[in-house]
Amino acid sequence: MNRSLRTRRQLSSLVMMTLSVGATLFGLGFLAMILGTLIFEGLAGLKLSIFTQMTPPPGSKGGLLNAIAGSLVMTTGGVVIGAPIGMLAGIYMAEYGHGTRFTIIVRFINDILLSAPSIIIGLFVYEIYVAEVHHFSGVAGIIALAIMVVPVVVRTTEDMLLLVPGTLKEAAAAMGLPRSIFIRRIAMRAARAGLVTGVLLAVARVSGETAPLLFTALSNQFWSWNINSPIANLPMVIFNFALSPYKDWQQLAWTGALLITCAVLALSITARVLSAQGNRK
Amino acid sequence: MAVITINSSDAGPKALASTRAAVVRSFRRGDRAFRLVTFTAALSVLIILCGVMLSLLFGAWPALRTFGFGFFIHATWNPVKDVFGALAAIYGTLVTSVLAMLLAVPVSFGIAVFLTELCPWWLRRPIGIAVELLAGIPSIIYGIWGLFVFLPFVQSYIQPFLINLFAPVPVLNVLFAGPPYGIGTFSAAFILAIMVVPFITAVTRDVFETVPAVLKEAAYGIGATRLEVVRRVVVPYTRTGLVGGVMLGLGRALGETMAVTFVIGNAHAISSSLLAPGTTISAVIANEFNEATDPMYISSLIALGLILFFITFVVLAISRLLLMRIEKAEAK
Repeated sequence: MNRSLRTRRQLSSLVMMTLSVGATLFGLGFLAMILGTLIFEGLAGLKLSIFTQMTPPPGSKGGLLNAIAGSLVMTTGGVVIGAPIGMLAGIYMAEYGHGTRFTIIVRFINDILLSAPSIIIGLFVYEIYVAEVHHFSGVAGIIALAIMVVPVVVRTTEDMLLLVPGTLKEAAAAMGLPRSIFIRRIAMRAARAGLVTGVLLAVARVSGETAPLLFTALSNQFWSWNINSPIANLPMVIFNFALSPYKDWQQLAWTGALLITCAVLALSITARVLSAQGNRK
Repeated sequence: MAVITINSSDAGPKALASTRAAVVRSFRRGDRAFRLVTFTAALSVLIILCGVMLSLLFGAWPALRTFGFGFFIHATWNPVKDVFGALAAIYGTLVTSVLAMLLAVPVSFGIAVFLTELCPWWLRRPIGIAVELLAGIPSIIYGIWGLFVFLPFVQSYIQPFLINLFAPVPVLNVLFAGPPYGIGTFSAAFILAIMVVPFITAVTRDVFETVPAVLKEAAYGIGATRLEVVRRVVVPYTRTGLVGGVMLGLGRALGETMAVTFVIGNAHAISSSLLAPGTTISAVIANEFNEATDPMYISSLIALGLILFFITFVVLAISRLLLMRIEKAEAK
């Protein structure tokens, strides 16, 4: 009796644990399959011409140069605008307003913005900017991406500054240093690796975003440095080309997808290595 | 700024004191200015949220005023006749997300249990890192994979199999009825599930790791099996965090655009079959916004956005409140 109970318990445990291993194989298997297909299909179209030629009209050969350049311009723009705002906000929350109700509310709202649907951000920028100036433009895309960057940077900046040892702050205060100088000269230097990590994560986050660009930057078949007009970008090109019936375009979509994934993975891995180094010190 | 040289060779104590006072004053001014700048930046986070809410309300107002409450309960979506109802899109959003969660939650919990209880130590870090990296892959990648690889496969193998399998079963033959289109609610939910698995797994693993080792050791010590430790110790201890993690995943799934738009089929219809094409709020907006020229059409699309924003806001707020509670408990 006692024995059968024990066997039953062990058996049910064994079954559930096997299921758990099964879930791991199933889940990770699917993800591995996606990455595998992506690499296989993407590499098939990876040629030098991808980086030297413009997006082609259907049926002819071409590359993704204008889309890559546009993506770089808009991502850079978004980060250059969004990261300082996020960093300053994070500084306030960690240093001046630590523990106040205002900070708690901002943190809460920021966490919600962090996972809010990106298409909503696109609609917002359409309403406040595109509808006012009556044309799609790279500027609108940059604004949308900047809004996506802010929450990521706020989060990491606050977390990283809170990790700066309190003794540093006390030592600075004892020497009569004001807060602002302590923050800029000491705290931010101590937390530098972490702050860079935050910015890298933000770049990784926005570089593959498609939804906010749908009604802001749109896309452009041609080369354009004019950020006041629609500008080509990788995510939109992938979206448009993948849904097209042309084989050449679909191939370019796969290659573009591979490029974005590699960029995102490289950024997140760099961020990880940096923060690991920062922690070791 | 911090480097201040005080030339004290010929200055008397009085002059020194006044320089010092000037320095302190400039410090104070600088500090106040810097504080103001950072405060404005922090305030901008709140302003963004309020701005999003107000601009959506403002844009949605014409549609909401014209159609009233009917906007939420009618499924007609007719741009030609200017009649719009959001029900089909709301229904599609909820059904795909809930289905996705039904698939993703057990798998994610399984992976998290594997990572915290079963996995050999040397494998834990690599798998954990892989999961976190996968959570960062842009959703358009899942969309394009779904379109080119998953849909053809589902259409020729999985859907015919499901249709035949459930044909004699009373309720299920309605849910899995019809020709195998490939595209549709089922495929969208499946892709969403694959996409949110890394999110939920990462959060679940983190909360599982907050369980004190002593508790688990005590349970093993009195002869509990692994399953019993997980069910009676780990899960009760982390219940709040688990719900928070699931809600976080749900928030992602509800608002996801690119992964869904490729595979849902974009049909404004509420179908009893899960295999039939449907649509979601984000897919409607992504597909139709740039084609909409009529003001009422645009306003209706923005109203859809407002509904989506409201739903995700509530779900994410609940998730954050629950996760905050666990963080607080951990800090104690």
